[in-house]
Amino acid sequence: MIVAGCDVGSLTSKAVVMKDGAILGHAVVKSKARPWESAEKVMGLALENAGLKQSDIERSVGTGYGRGKIPFVDRTLSEITCHARGAKWLVPSVRTVIDVGGQDCKAMKLDPDGRIDKFVANDKCASGTGRFLEVMAKVVGVSLEDLGDMSRRARHPVTFANACTVWAQADVIRHLNDGVAVEDIAAGVNAAMTTRIVTLVNNLNVEKDVCMTGGVAKNQGILSGIEKQLGFRMKRIRRYDPQIAGAIGAALLAADGEEGEER
Amino acid sequence: MIVAGCDVGSLSAKVAILKNGDMIGSAVVRCGTDPDASAKAALRDALAGTGLSAEDVEYFVTTGYGRKRISFGNHEESEIVCHARGAVAQAESVRMLIDIGGQDAKAIRFDEDGRVERYFYNDKCASGTGRFLEIIAEALEIELEDLGALSRQATKDLLLSNQCVIFAETEILSLVSEGMEIPDIVKALHRSVARRTSAMAKSIGLSHDIAMSGGVAKNVGMFDALQEALKCDMVRLDKPQVNGAYGAALIAADIVASGGNRPQD
Repeated sequence: MIVAGCDVGSLTSKAVVMKDGAILGHAVVKSKARPWESAEKVMGLALENAGLKQSDIERSVGTGYGRGKIPFVDRTLSEITCHARGAKWLVPSVRTVIDVGGQDCKAMKLDPDGRIDKFVANDKCASGTGRFLEVMAKVVGVSLEDLGDMSRRARHPVTFANACTVWAQADVIRHLNDGVAVEDIAAGVNAAMTTRIVTLVNNLNVEKDVCMTGGVAKNQGILSGIEKQLGFRMKRIRRYDPQIAGAIGAALLAADGEEGEER
Repeated sequence: MIVAGCDVGSLSAKVAILKNGDMIGSAVVRCGTDPDASAKAALRDALAGTGLSAEDVEYFVTTGYGRKRISFGNHEESEIVCHARGAVAQAESVRMLIDIGGQDAKAIRFDEDGRVERYFYNDKCASGTGRFLEIIAEALEIELEDLGALSRQATKDLLLSNQCVIFAETEILSLVSEGMEIPDIVKALHRSVARRTSAMAKSIGLSHDIAMSGGVAKNVGMFDALQEALKCDMVRLDKPQVNGAYGAALIAADIVASGGNRPQD
């Protein structure tokens, strides 16, 4: 059976096409202002990648921030459900999933069968979300990827007094004006980000194995920062882009015939 | 007896000069990078036209975020204490003050003598502070001073769904691109800040009358929104922005009158 998952997030949209538990094609695009346009575009690319067309898809599930506005899916499910399912497929031993997206941060605890036991989320405050990194990269004047790389070359990382993105932004500007090395600022940004994520995650009784999904999971500086604060290593998702975990979960749940909100 | 109070905040420095208990001069200047220089500039402006010079000032009480870096102060006092004292002196019926500054917000409850009973202070989150207004004004390319008048032109009640300044900025820009009217958006912005500050005030228990201080108090849109959120009429202070400096100056007068006994001594 050929199935598809489409995850329309605030910053990026992801689509996955699967057949009998294997990925045939996937794609990630920057989200547009209109969620349905993002969905059509990313699904088109994933289908092209798989060498299929829309009519080959038997079932599909939509998820993410813009899930209510995806025209072609049969059902929609929450990001929590989809990320948990996707993470379990990517890392079968996983018990805690940390998902950091462009505009939110969530952590889910799974039972040994992959059912969600408990979850915590922050979507109220930009601090600890991809948005924080984005704002800081813009102030420093580097790309998001470079910000992560630069942090590893820091010698005297700066400390931010405050988690608030607005205040941290002012701190960064002050540090730049004072001539502080950008590497040291980047490391400070990463440290502030990881502290915020780990503070949220620690509201769960974290159990191993832990893995991280979402776009921010591609940032090595953040990954190792979280590991340092947790005190152990996480399972790295290497087989596929950790950013497509939600879309993978959506595709798997489509195959399961999981009941969601019918469209 | 000539005394002065100096309140150096994150964005502006304020000075009030008292002669035998009456305010004879005051000034507000935008802060530079050096709090001491900003305080001196405010002092110079406050003295202008009084016929006095800095040497005539018998006693200085300093307060605010930058108080530790003012070179000419005789005594430091917390801004919470100064604001409470200043508010009761400006309007004797006031028992609660909401102060929205450039980088913080406070709610202070006090007795009829201006003694602080309880207070709540937020400097952790930019939402609910003057910075929220500044950032949005900048994004909308509106002068900060025009926000109040604009919000009074609103015809619709919009509601912002995001409390975080960063998220709200994006939300507001998308409201603009959807064709919403600027006055309606500005009113929604004020209501959003008011929602946050009123929650803070309610958390320590409201006590009437309520007044507003800080530079943001000059913004009529903010004043309206706060009255709406608190469901009461608020008192307007004549000099909301120098309230803290005025309180500091009153404390300076007390110290001089008591022969130099400082409050904590």
